[in-house]
Amino acid sequence: MTTTVVPRAARTARRSRGSRRTAVAWLFLAPFALVFLLYTAIPTVAALGFSLTDLRGTDLRNPFAVDFTGLENYLRLFQDEIFLRDILNTALFVAVGVPLTMGIGFALALVLNAGIRRLRGMFRVVFFAPVVTNVVAVALIWQYAFNANGTVNKVLGTVGFAGPNWLDDPNLAMPVVILLGVWRNFGTAMVLFLAGLQAIPEDVYEAASIDGAGRWRQLRHITLPLLLPTTLMVSVLLTVFYLQVFDEPYLLTNGGPLGSTESVALYTYHQFGSGEFGMSSAASFVMLVLVMLVSIVQFRLLRPRA
Amino acid sequence: MTTVATVRDTEMIDDQVAVRHRSVTPSLLYGALVLCALLTMLPFVWVISGSLRSLDEIRSDPGAWLPHHITLDNFTRLFATEGFGGFMANSIVVAIIVVAGNIVAASAAGYALAKLDFAGKRLAFGAVMAAMMVPFTAVFVTQFVITVDLGLADTLTGIALPGVAMPMSVFIMRQYAMSIPGDLLEAARIDGAGEFRIFFRIFLPLAGPAVATITIMSFLTSWNNFIWPLIVAQSMSSYTLPVGLAATSQAASHVTDYGLQLAGAIVVMLPVLVLFLFLQRYFVQGIAGTGMR
Repeated sequence: MTTTVVPRAARTARRSRGSRRTAVAWLFLAPFALVFLLYTAIPTVAALGFSLTDLRGTDLRNPFAVDFTGLENYLRLFQDEIFLRDILNTALFVAVGVPLTMGIGFALALVLNAGIRRLRGMFRVVFFAPVVTNVVAVALIWQYAFNANGTVNKVLGTVGFAGPNWLDDPNLAMPVVILLGVWRNFGTAMVLFLAGLQAIPEDVYEAASIDGAGRWRQLRHITLPLLLPTTLMVSVLLTVFYLQVFDEPYLLTNGGPLGSTESVALYTYHQFGSGEFGMSSAASFVMLVLVMLVSIVQFRLLRPRA
Repeated sequence: MTTVATVRDTEMIDDQVAVRHRSVTPSLLYGALVLCALLTMLPFVWVISGSLRSLDEIRSDPGAWLPHHITLDNFTRLFATEGFGGFMANSIVVAIIVVAGNIVAASAAGYALAKLDFAGKRLAFGAVMAAMMVPFTAVFVTQFVITVDLGLADTLTGIALPGVAMPMSVFIMRQYAMSIPGDLLEAARIDGAGEFRIFFRIFLPLAGPAVATITIMSFLTSWNNFIWPLIVAQSMSSYTLPVGLAATSQAASHVTDYGLQLAGAIVVMLPVLVLFLFLQRYFVQGIAGTGMR
């Protein structure tokens, strides 16, 4: 806030220069803003609206047939055993997938950071390759390998085990689906942890070793605390990602056998597929809320204690 | 988001090799890493060896490790399959639209958010950040309805359009633009150059690395995208490669033609893997820099 007296003419000139600047800036933003409005902002608000109606796919040509039903979709959801089962499945996915992915990623980052100089680039390429591969392609490989007569059972056979039909067994399908998720994502966790490890200043370790702290104590008292922001980011990222898991169960099992691998996202998709747009939107909004809750809780729990 | 500044160039990770834990037995670490690397590569080995086996060989012994006779028969059959060339052409067209759109939309938006002062700037940046957090599954129904309303259902434009404005690209561009000194632009401004001139003549030529990063990231996202094309594409003529591959494999699931599927898997994976081998630094940088996939 400037207190000097500015002549009126100069003031209006400045203001019009300011609004001109604003107009130019929004011209730069326009291409992004238009698509953003159309495909993110409006859909988010509209999804909430849809979830309060009985909109069906067949109503798209005739919007007047749609009734406002309030919270009915949400009440139906929470009485739907299939939806409740899918929430449990998704929770299982998160509870097993997140620690596994983080653990493997963290361990590899530590090892790569701890003095592996030669071949480091090669290892990084290898561990990161699953992240960039196409999930449809990988799912086909997984089906081929975990088939009753597939390569995995072939290997088990050579050590004397008769392998099961993995993807047709309600108890075994989920582990295989989770394994695919972990395989595709630990590279991301590794790269983020590596970046975090690199951000820790070298002299902290030097000071600690002068004080006689061993490697284990350094890990516990320096690396882990200083890595907390990275750990928080990776865990939120993975939790949010696994909460929405769709590709892996859709492609490997389409939620089966007997719904044992159906996730909330897959429920949303199946409702959408059967034309229940209102129900589908309600389920997706439950997921949106879950995603937000998890982020808030994790930020609260892992906030650095300064 | 704190990693952005630290991983400007991921080669830092290579160069600043820690001397900290010198006492760890290197051979032990290498052994563990090699084992992990082999396990990670197993699926790739399966797909290559499987795709090179003849149909008869796969039928008689589906799970064998290595082909007895190497044959390219599966690939010839794949390219002779009806629609396959079309899926590929569709994937390429969609990727071109998405990449071009990202370069235009993100470089302009990123420049404005980093280097221009204007009313609504904080709101605009907040919207970009928030957009990164909206789960796709929360909005795809409404996105689909909008696509239908625009008359873009079952078209390649409809498949490509939402990917044109990736918030992640804007974020990468903005971070990069922040690192370009303002004096440079200010000097041009004093010389009377307009904002568009400054953008095209000064900013864009300097933004090469950021443009490269968003080109690769958006190509990867578009090429690998599965659910959205699955929803929008309703007839075979607009299937992209992943959708086409999934559809063919599901349609034929009672007589699974693994040879064909694995050959298809290779064709889908190969462009990205080759690109990745040459440009892995940018891939890793983009992902480490934004913490997004």
